Amino acid sequence: MLAVQDLTKQFGGFVAVNRVSFAVEEGEILGLIGPNGSGKSTVFNVVAGTLPLTAGSVRFEGKEIGGLPPDQVCHRGIARTFQIPRPFKRLSLLENVAVSAFYGQNRDISRSRAWEQAEEALALVKLPTEATATVDALGAAGLKKLELARALATQPKLVLADESLGGLDEAEMEQAADMLQDIRRQKGITIIWVEHIMGVLMRVVDRVIVLDHGEKIAEGLPRAVAEDPRVIEVYLGRQGTAAAAAADAARPS
Amino acid sequence: MVFDIYLLEAIINGLLLGGVLALLALGLNLIFGVIDVVWISYAELVMAGMYGVYWLYAFFGVPLVLAALIAIFGVAVLGFLVHYLVISPILGKPPINQLLATGGLLFFLQSFATLLFGVEFRNIGLRLPVIELWDMYFSFARILAFAAALIGMVSLYVFLKRTFMGTAIRAVAQDREIMATMGVNTRQVYLITSAIGGGLAGLAAGLLVLQYDVHPAVGLSFGPITFMICVLGGLGNLLGGFVAAFIMSQFISIGGFYLDLEWGYVIAFVFFIVMMFLRPQGILGRRG
Repeated sequence: MLAVQDLTKQFGGFVAVNRVSFAVEEGEILGLIGPNGSGKSTVFNVVAGTLPLTAGSVRFEGKEIGGLPPDQVCHRGIARTFQIPRPFKRLSLLENVAVSAFYGQNRDISRSRAWEQAEEALALVKLPTEATATVDALGAAGLKKLELARALATQPKLVLADESLGGLDEAEMEQAADMLQDIRRQKGITIIWVEHIMGVLMRVVDRVIVLDHGEKIAEGLPRAVAEDPRVIEVYLGRQGTAAAAAADAARPS
Repeated sequence: MVFDIYLLEAIINGLLLGGVLALLALGLNLIFGVIDVVWISYAELVMAGMYGVYWLYAFFGVPLVLAALIAIFGVAVLGFLVHYLVISPILGKPPINQLLATGGLLFFLQSFATLLFGVEFRNIGLRLPVIELWDMYFSFARILAFAAALIGMVSLYVFLKRTFMGTAIRAVAQDREIMATMGVNTRQVYLITSAIGGGLAGLAAGLLVLQYDVHPAVGLSFGPITFMICVLGGLGNLLGGFVAAFIMSQFISIGGFYLDLEWGYVIAFVFFIVMMFLRPQGILGRRG
């Protein structure tokens, strides 16, 4: 569905992402992990069109999308969430989501259909759908859900979820992970999930890619990646391996 | 103290003046709030609109209302072009560049108007009646201007609240990067916002031409005060600009009543300077 080939992004002389290649199959949940500054969010920004790519190609459903502006990438069916929630505080909760429904993938949508779609997206992430609900009432978990709802309202085929767990407690993390799984199951949406919290992600994803200093150092099933010596060395540490192995063991097969 | 009917007259006249100032501030604030660029030459768009109405009405005999509608459309196109030709190429560059570019546009428009129309003061030659009410006198032109400005502002409010484009404009004003990832073409939003800002200037032009002579430097009579009102209310804050317009107009009107008109402006500007020390972010400002 998405094929990234030799993606490179330079900021001046600094190479943030260096010749990274990977592919995502339809219906898959792909984990993209790595320490801070490893280039995960940069990959997202380039795929979503927020940043122009320096070299390489990004193909979505067989068509080149590398270098397209973000609104056109969205119209092709790719939506993203942001690591730090960026809600429109002076818009109502429903307006926040409705505006992405109206301008999202389906541009022939009617006004009333856009409102319905916004309500559906809010219901999917279990947020209030009343017109009077405000953004101010949301806590950290609620804001993360709003990020997801805004992305879903654009009717995407692929969602780029950026650190959906940051700032959440244990129970909220489990809920968020379940929610991503539900979205894949109910809507058939493909997900690329960036995270640096390991345990919960390893339980949910089908495959993992590990970045370090802008380069791909490992790719494979969660368990195999967690045991890869290079991954352990640069990133996980012994505790992380244990957590990942435990999570993997708990995973329904 | 005895109830002073002339003071009441001054207060009501201040209110009427405030309506037009609020309209001007709304246009400038909308553009700044959404695009983050201050159009220093905003009042020169009003000047262009005033010339438009003047020529259409006084020279070609087009009915006044139609002339005003054509001016609204024409200045909206001008606003669109200002963004397309001047702002768009330097968007994302340091603010000083944008300030200089729109400042340059100010002189360009002034000089161009001088070239085309000369420096004469021109009046559309329409004398609207003065309304007398319990010994108080109100110019009909001012009442008309106030009412039309109010209608313009309410229409904009409804547009921003009730349409998806309006919602997108409000959203882009808060975070320009996010809306693009949700499929909104921000370039288009900027152009539409600029056209609306221009349209508001065109409406103001149609109203001001009833009260003032047109000349190439007429923008300087409204530009600085409009900019000050926006800053006083909190640059980019539509409600703040609305409130500040009525505060400033009362200073001008009441100050002018007790002393004389020029003193009214002096007091208003002193108030502005003092407020900049006390509340530099503006009365309702959110930005630092």
